Formats: sequence, structure tokens, C-alpha cells
Amino acid sequence: MAGFLLRRLVNYVVLALVATFLAFTLASATFDPIGVLQQRNPPPPAASIEAKKRDLHLDQPIPQRFVTWMGGVVQGDFGRTITDRPITDELGRRIGVSLRLFLLGITLGILFGVLIGVVSAIRQYKFSDYFATLFSFILLSTPVLVLGNLLKIGAQSINDSIGSNVLIFVGETTPGFQGNWFEHLGDRLQHLILPTLAIALGQIAYYSRYQRSSMLDVLGSDFLRTAQAKGLTRRRALMKHGLRTALIPMATLFAFGFGLLVVGGTFTERIFTWYGMGDWLVTGISAQDTNITATVTLFVAVCVLLSGWLADVLYAALDPRIRVN
Amino acid sequence: MTVILNEGDSAGTAGAAPGGPVDAAPEPGKAMTRGRLVFIRFLRNKLALVGLVIIVAMYLLAFLGPLLSQWSYEDRDYAAFLQPPYADHIFGTDNIGTDMFAQVMRGLQKSLIIGLLVALISTTVAAIVGATAGYFLGVADKALMWVVDLLLVLPSFLIIAILSPWFRGKSWWLLVLMLAAFQWMITARIVRGMTLTLKEREFVKAARFMGQPARTIIAKHIVPNMASLLIIDATINVAAAVLAETGLSYFGFGVQSPDVSLGTLIGNYAQSATTFPWLFLFPAGFLVVFVLAVNWVGDGLRDALDPTSTRVRRKEKKDTEEKAA
Repeated sequence: MAGFLLRRLVNYVVLALVATFLAFTLASATFDPIGVLQQRNPPPPAASIEAKKRDLHLDQPIPQRFVTWMGGVVQGDFGRTITDRPITDELGRRIGVSLRLFLLGITLGILFGVLIGVVSAIRQYKFSDYFATLFSFILLSTPVLVLGNLLKIGAQSINDSIGSNVLIFVGETTPGFQGNWFEHLGDRLQHLILPTLAIALGQIAYYSRYQRSSMLDVLGSDFLRTAQAKGLTRRRALMKHGLRTALIPMATLFAFGFGLLVVGGTFTERIFTWYGMGDWLVTGISAQDTNITATVTLFVAVCVLLSGWLADVLYAALDPRIRVN
Repeated sequence: MTVILNEGDSAGTAGAAPGGPVDAAPEPGKAMTRGRLVFIRFLRNKLALVGLVIIVAMYLLAFLGPLLSQWSYEDRDYAAFLQPPYADHIFGTDNIGTDMFAQVMRGLQKSLIIGLLVALISTTVAAIVGATAGYFLGVADKALMWVVDLLLVLPSFLIIAILSPWFRGKSWWLLVLMLAAFQWMITARIVRGMTLTLKEREFVKAARFMGQPARTIIAKHIVPNMASLLIIDATINVAAAVLAETGLSYFGFGVQSPDVSLGTLIGNYAQSATTFPWLFLFPAGFLVVFVLAVNWVGDGLRDALDPTSTRVRRKEKKDTEEKAA
């Protein structure tokens, strides 16, 4: 078991490194920060352009630049942005902003997704099932960039109708907000609701479809009938034998879902003006900044790595066969 | 998001005509060909039919609609700035007096063409690469599996976004190729799996022993036997490509000005979503309805082409149970 998890971890670390290397290489090859610099008005003096080239190690071949950057990363130094600010200073705050959003969103998504999926499967072809199905179909066809803005429009009309700004859709806190910690908490919650919904709704739709079909497969199984035949109530049989088995194939989905979420979160962060990692990616690419882009990619890779590994642990916990082997 | 539709049944059941097993007896005197059978099954699924009508209508509208309108996307109506929809401008106007209907039609054209092209290219590539890898195994096979794994860590959105400065100002065909280049891998893996089983079948072995070259076997015996999968995949891929394109264009990483797509429109007008909602709602609405329609058609096609899919079996089982009762 420990060997299995260790092997998987090594596999993921190699993948993450390759992914970051690829992103770094692609970014270095396509980005033209000097070109951006030269387009400034008034154009900067030649000496400062030369200095910039040296700062960005543009005189080195790309693999060597990657090694230099990675060497810094290992020591906790992610390099500097094009505007010469250390990335490390901003990194912690941005990760905090993103994780707060993603973790809450995905937790709600998994919880309600599984719940709705299970209920739909148990009450198959009932009204609730059709309703959930139709709803998830619509949500799955609505990309976050539309959903987030729709939520904004909805929040605006709610705010207008009750005459006060209950749902706030700009930023993660009110700048310069005064008050005790409880009022601060309330303020953050007001900002948190809409973006969390934007993330959670899509996840709920996505997971509930899979959970429903995996639960349906289990519902027809012999072992569930046996469990009831030996005297378990239907509810206990469903919870103990049904749900647990039906959750096994979901573990992988949860893991990859988190990885994709980081990309999907880019839209959410942009729409609701949260300065998290996703927002940084867009800023970094727009500014043609290799270091920012590589840092965000590394973050995405580490997220996928961790959640993938967590899925393996979950797998082992849910499926006794893996533990034995 | 496309994979979801491979699982279990769907909203389609809500609209499907009840009664009778799906493999209905052919009308007397007429031979039932496979094509006819598929066609009849597809017609039975009302939601899929509705989806098909919507898709055809959208393609027609995108290309014929602009001819019916008195405004072109370049015209500016200096008498109407930021007007909500009314008789002269059925979709309203934006802040410089451009007719939104003309703009949305233009964006729709580009998005739909990109979706269609990307789907065709990526499914073709997936069929060729997947079948080749599965037939020959070896290095091609290993490389393919590894690339798919890598894509989970380094999402295609990220790669194309990083490469966007490079194709800025170049033809939108580059974007089509980029999107296609990152959309075929997962299908290729499924094709590979199917090839592994197909190549052990008698007719493939017979062809091989008769001395047919591998190229002919793949083209004549393996790929046609996966037609169902490929048709479904190509359909769903249209929606996936449109979504990917919109996502990239939203941030300015996809379709570049002077070209316009649904994504650039949504991106440009998202800022005004709460104040001048029609600017955002029309392009967003077209996007969501199109994706929804494609998903319905994809679902209906799956049921029609694949009689062994779980959903049909369950549906039949349920029908027979109902009859017995």
C-alpha cells in the first residue's frame, strides 16, 4: 500500500516537472518581453533594454534559464516579474485567495453532486430525477464565463429589489473596510457567495451525472440484493454497500476535476475581480511574463498532483483490493 | 466536459416516446437496413430532434441572417447608442451604435465554423493515431498514453493561451489548428482501446492472412467499425471546440480582432452585463443554446447508434417491466 502510493507520487512529481518545463519553454519561446518594452512611449534607452535582457537571462539558452529559475524555486525564490517585483511576495496571498475559493467550491460541488446523483439514481424516472437531469444538462452547456456573468446580473436585480448591496460581486473584500472580526467575516462572506456559486454549480452538475450512473450500476447489483436479503434495511444497505462502491470510480473524477477547476477558476476570478492565481495567469500571459506564467503552471501542476495523489489514497481507502495488493 | 455524456442516461429519456422496445419491427415489405434503423431510433428521441433543428437553424441563421438585416457589422447608427432591443435594432445597439444582431451573427459564423473544422480535424486525427497506436502498439502507443497523461496536468487551455502571443495578428486558421491539435488525444485513447479488441476479430485476422497491408486493414476494417463512436465524438467535439474557442477569446487569447467570435463578444460586453444586459445576453444565449443542442444531438446519436448503451437497455428493461405489470 505504501509502495503503491509512493510510486504514484513519484509519477506525479515527474509529470508536474515536465509540465512546468514545457510551459516555461513554450512561454520563453513565444513571449517577447523586450518587444513589449520597446513599444513603450517614450522608448526606454538602449542601456536599460540591455540591462533588462540580462535580468531576464535572455542571453542564455532556454533550458539553462529553466534550470536557473528552478534552482531559485527550490530555495523559495520564484524570480521577478517583468516590472521587477519579486513573485514570491505576491504568491502566498494569491494562493490563499484562490484556494479559499476553490476548496469551498469543490467541497460544495462534490457534496451536492454526490447527493443529487444518489437521489436521482434511487428515485430514477421520478420528477426529481428529470428535474435534476434537465438542470444539469443546462448547467453543463453553460460555460463559467456565461454563468458567472449571469450570476452577476441576477445578484444586481436581487440587490435592487431589496434596496441594499447584500451580494457583492467585485473583489474579495471591501477595500478599507472597518469593523471587528465578525463584521469582517460577514463582509468576506458577502463577497464569497457569488464566485463560490459560479464554481460549485458547474461541479454539482458534472458530478451528479456521473454519480447517478455509477449508482445505477450498483443498484442493480447482486451484492446489494444480498445485503438486503441478510437483513439490512434498504437505507443501510444503500449507504454501506451501495454508495461506497459507487464512489470508487468517482475518486479519479474528483482529482482531475480539481485540476480543471484551477483553469475554470481563471474565469471566475476575472469575472468577480479576485486577484488569485487564475487572474495572475491572464495577467502574466498578457504581459508576456515567463516567470509568472511558469509559476502559475507549477501551481496548477502541484494542485493536480496533490489531488491526483489524494484520489489514489481515497481509492485505497474505498477499495480493499488495492490495500491488499 | 464532453465526457459526461458518455455516462448513463439523460434528459433525452424525458422526451423519448414511451412504449415498445427500441428495435421496432420494420414496416412489412421493407428491409431494415442499419442506416434506417439508426434513423428511426434517432427520430424517436424528441430532444435530439429539437437539438438537430436548432443546430441547422443556427448555421442557416449565421450565414443567411446578415443578408436579411439592413445593418452590417461595420455600420454605425449615430441615432442609437446603447439602445435596448427595439424594431430597428432587434438585438439593440452598443455604445458606438453598432447593430448587435449584425455583430452576433458575425461572431456566430466564426464560432460555428471554428467548431465544425476543429471537430472534423481532431476526430480524423484521433481515428488515425488511435487506430495506428492500437494496431501496431510499441513506441507510438506509449507516446500517446503519455501525452494524454501530460494534458491532464497541463490543460490545453493553458498551452494555447501561452502560445497566443505567437499567433496574434495571424490567420484564425492557426487557432483552428491549435484547438484541433489539443483535442484529439482522449478520443485517440478510446479508439486505441477499441482497436485492441477489433484486431483480434476474425474478419481482421482474415484480411491480414490474405496479405492486406496494415494501412488497408485500418482504413477498411477497423475505422469503419468504430463509425458510431467517431460520429458521436465529432458531434460532441463541435461543442467542445466552440467552448474552448469562446474561453480563449474571452481573454483575448483566441480569435483576434478584426475577427469577431461569440467569445470576443461575450468578453467585450461582459463588463456591461449588469448595466446593459442585452449586450451580453444575446451572444451568451446563442452560445448556451448551441452547446445544449449539440449535447442533445450527441446523446440521441449515441442511443441510436449504439443499441448496447446502458441507457437504452435500462429503458427497454423498464418498458418490459411496465408491460409485465
